[in-house]
Amino acid sequence: MRALVIDDSRAMRRIVSGILEGLGYETRQAGHGREGLDVLETGWVPDLACVDWNMPVMDGLQFVSAVRSNPALRSMTIMMVTSESEHTQIVRALAAGAHEYVIKPFTADAIRDKLALLGLLPQEAVL
Amino acid sequence: MTLTTTSFDWVRQLVHRESAIVLQPGKEYLVEARLLPIARQAGLADVSQFVESVRSRPSPDDTRAIVEALTTNETSWFRDGDPFTALTSTVLPALLAARGPNERLQIWSAACSSGQEAYTIGMLLEDALPNAASRVSITATDISREMVQRTRAGRFSQLEVNRGLPAPMLVRHFVRAGNEWEVAPQLRRMVTASECNLAAPLPRMGPFDVVYLRNVLIYFDLPTKQAILRRVRDLMRPDGWLFLGAAETTLGVDDSWERVVVGRSSAYRPLKGK
Repeated sequence: MRALVIDDSRAMRRIVSGILEGLGYETRQAGHGREGLDVLETGWVPDLACVDWNMPVMDGLQFVSAVRSNPALRSMTIMMVTSESEHTQIVRALAAGAHEYVIKPFTADAIRDKLALLGLLPQEAVL
Repeated sequence: MTLTTTSFDWVRQLVHRESAIVLQPGKEYLVEARLLPIARQAGLADVSQFVESVRSRPSPDDTRAIVEALTTNETSWFRDGDPFTALTSTVLPALLAARGPNERLQIWSAACSSGQEAYTIGMLLEDALPNAASRVSITATDISREMVQRTRAGRFSQLEVNRGLPAPMLVRHFVRAGNEWEVAPQLRRMVTASECNLAAPLPRMGPFDVVYLRNVLIYFDLPTKQAILRRVRDLMRPDGWLFLGAAETTLGVDDSWERVVVGRSSAYRPLKGK
């Protein structure tokens, strides 16, 4: 399975990618939403995108809207991974088309639990 | 200083006497990890000193704190989700067909820890059933007073809501309360929490249509498992449904249950005439 990790913090990209790779994912990284779209435009379409909210150039919400307006990317699951924690923001992200929402700080178990809910836990990672 | 054999044995006997939970030899690390915060709170440097001080002068508060620390377990929303899917896909329709329109369904989350299981059941029912609050009551019990208080409060940290609670359900059933999330009032009204030691005679409750007794029996020896299953059965409706943990079964423990497959899960139903 493939995952695209989009976050302007290199450390955070490494943490999220590390968790996903530990579960059996092949990952790529992008520093903001526009870079994320660039990756998708190469034809490398992931099963999952983990997306931060506040980033330069293109933020996470704009990325979600751009992906959702493209029918070719309909099967891609989007999980926001962000420190934005207000009720209204979660509602906005879900309305824009995100499937799940993880609030920073999080543990590896939190990512794993959410992937299990989404049916995106690679088979070998299921206990 | 590491935990001495004498201290470990004393803790084992205390926990077994008070909760019937069996701490096998080799679980010294668990005792140390769980009791260290209490030892530090008491101003002592390590667990051995703490256990020795309680052993020499036992007080109800200290012994309760030890038992609680060793009998509470990690929990998360939708933990092992299949028994929840079974509730809405099979059990709820069957119960609604069998009961009158004014009969209230009673569900028991036994060993509820901090309440995630009870509120998960409540959220599913609210989403599946119009007027769920007037049709269903959920009883949540735990041996730990602290866990019962936490369940009643219905407040969860950010880290806790991150653990397997689907975001759409978070926004539908919770409100933000400072740095925490609080269960919405109508959901909280469905859940009543109280203290209950499953290894002792049970209080008058029920009769229950559905019982979630998951990841509890694994901690007990065979005679206690049998006694718990008998007491639970006495509090259930004859056509009720019991869910155990994925690694648990009544087979070879108590033959008065019928195992039925419900989707990807198993439920146990009281056998008639037993």
